[in-house]
Amino acid sequence: MSFAGLALENPTILASGILGYSAESLSRVAKGGAGAVVTKSIGVEPRVGYANPTVVQAESGLINAMGLPNPGIDVYSGEIRYAKTLLRVPLIVSVFGYSAEDYANVAKKAVDAGADAIELNVSCPHVKQTGAEIGQSSKFLSEVVEKVKATISKPLIVKLSPNVADIAVLAHAAVEAGADALTAVNTLKAMAIDAETTQPILSNIEGGLSGPAIKPIALRCVWDIREQFDVPIIGCGGITDWRDAVEFFLAGASAVQIGTAVGLVDVDVFRQINRGVLTYLRKKHYGSVKEIVGLAHRQ
Amino acid sequence: MLTANNRIRTTEIVQIRAESPTVKTFVLADRASAKAKPGQFVMLWIPGIDEIPFSILDVSNGLVSVSVKEVGDATRHMHTLEAGATIGLRGPFGTSFTESRGRVLLVGGGTGTAPLVFLAKQLSAKTERLSFVEGAKTKDELLFVRELRGVCNEKSLITTTEDGTAGLQCLVTEPLANLLDKEHFDMIYTCGPEVMVKKIFELTEQHKLPLEASLERLMRCGIGLCGSCVIGKYRVCRDGPVFTAAQLREVKDELGISKLGFDGSRVPV
Repeated sequence: MSFAGLALENPTILASGILGYSAESLSRVAKGGAGAVVTKSIGVEPRVGYANPTVVQAESGLINAMGLPNPGIDVYSGEIRYAKTLLRVPLIVSVFGYSAEDYANVAKKAVDAGADAIELNVSCPHVKQTGAEIGQSSKFLSEVVEKVKATISKPLIVKLSPNVADIAVLAHAAVEAGADALTAVNTLKAMAIDAETTQPILSNIEGGLSGPAIKPIALRCVWDIREQFDVPIIGCGGITDWRDAVEFFLAGASAVQIGTAVGLVDVDVFRQINRGVLTYLRKKHYGSVKEIVGLAHRQ
Repeated sequence: MLTANNRIRTTEIVQIRAESPTVKTFVLADRASAKAKPGQFVMLWIPGIDEIPFSILDVSNGLVSVSVKEVGDATRHMHTLEAGATIGLRGPFGTSFTESRGRVLLVGGGTGTAPLVFLAKQLSAKTERLSFVEGAKTKDELLFVRELRGVCNEKSLITTTEDGTAGLQCLVTEPLANLLDKEHFDMIYTCGPEVMVKKIFELTEQHKLPLEASLERLMRCGIGLCGSCVIGKYRVCRDGPVFTAAQLREVKDELGISKLGFDGSRVPV
């Protein structure tokens, strides 16, 4: 299948932040059946991230506040080059920054090193002055997307925040500014408190909720965007089995990203979901995923 | 994984005992961790400070013990705690040592000896012969000697210190080389500093002997998601911490050489 200029063997993609440092990890995920992989979010400078606890389990999901740990694009360029020698699926590099220039600089270096596409993380809920602050403002978001679009020639994906009043407004801003595709959604702002010690558990206090808990919200976000535009969408949020993936296709996504389920199931969750989706399509007499994208809107 | 094991629990420290000038053992009440197998680990949450992985030293009747060496802020803080203090934990996580029969040899370095003490207690009744080589920098840091005397006889426990204050004055790998030349073993188990593990792996490979080694890495999520603790294609928290010789062969370019630092870049071990 073709997705926003990328040739994908299947519509399951590794979400950013999961196993995304080393080329070998990304390669293992690809062997687990992923149609493409997204790296950890990479910035201009190295960041060590937050102290533990950085992940805490909630009732039906995980809350994480890693703090964007990453080695910086200059060091990570080497890993991108190495990953390209191991991978047979597209490599999407996730990029974050504190200004439009940051985003553009990192994106350019990532593409120069061999990235097949760039995903802008404008929606990290737990690091100040980047991520959500940009992803929650149409003005900042347009500025960043325009600047990156003008700098690179590879497909540009924008990962949207669900922590907004109307996601379609931000989706519109990203598409108008030149985004080739949208990922909906990043994690939801959340926290956990321990009753015994009366303390917040995450060292950063607040983090982002992922997993089954956010699936209905992510599904609604994809629906809201699809209602307004015909832009390629990657659904993301709590997808754990083939049925979840199919629901996102029906809502309007043409591909899905999987993150937390790599922990819930394991690395071969991609293969399991792909098998299930194919069985579903056959049983329902559909020829391809494309035929069911947005189908729920047509009734 | 959304499991009962990964849910963070807070519990009281039941007992604390000093093992050496730098190591204390903490006994915690936790039913889930008390079902752990030798080699598995728990994540301990020191509220307001940090959350770090520890191998399990022992389990019994709803209690789990871990030994903590004072090496940084979090462990220093732990050493100031007293019995009755509240601590958080989740786990147990990771793979465990397999139970081998016949003649087995366990090689521990420093606090890496802890999971091997747990293993030795479970194996002693089942194996034909259990030998243990333990190394430390100095006599005071030679851990769990009393426990080990209880599971192996005098002759099959060899201790080494770097300064010669107890046992043989050498690295733990020296008597091992002699043992492997002289005797046959059905399985070798090891845990300790990675440079030591690497040396032992090289020796067992030369002698074509099976090995299981427990490795350590910087850990964050503990459940195979974040990628902080990878060695090659493996996640130490989920695919390990116990690895077989066949798996170590696949990661020999990194074993004892490099790991990922806090920012995800490769740093020397």
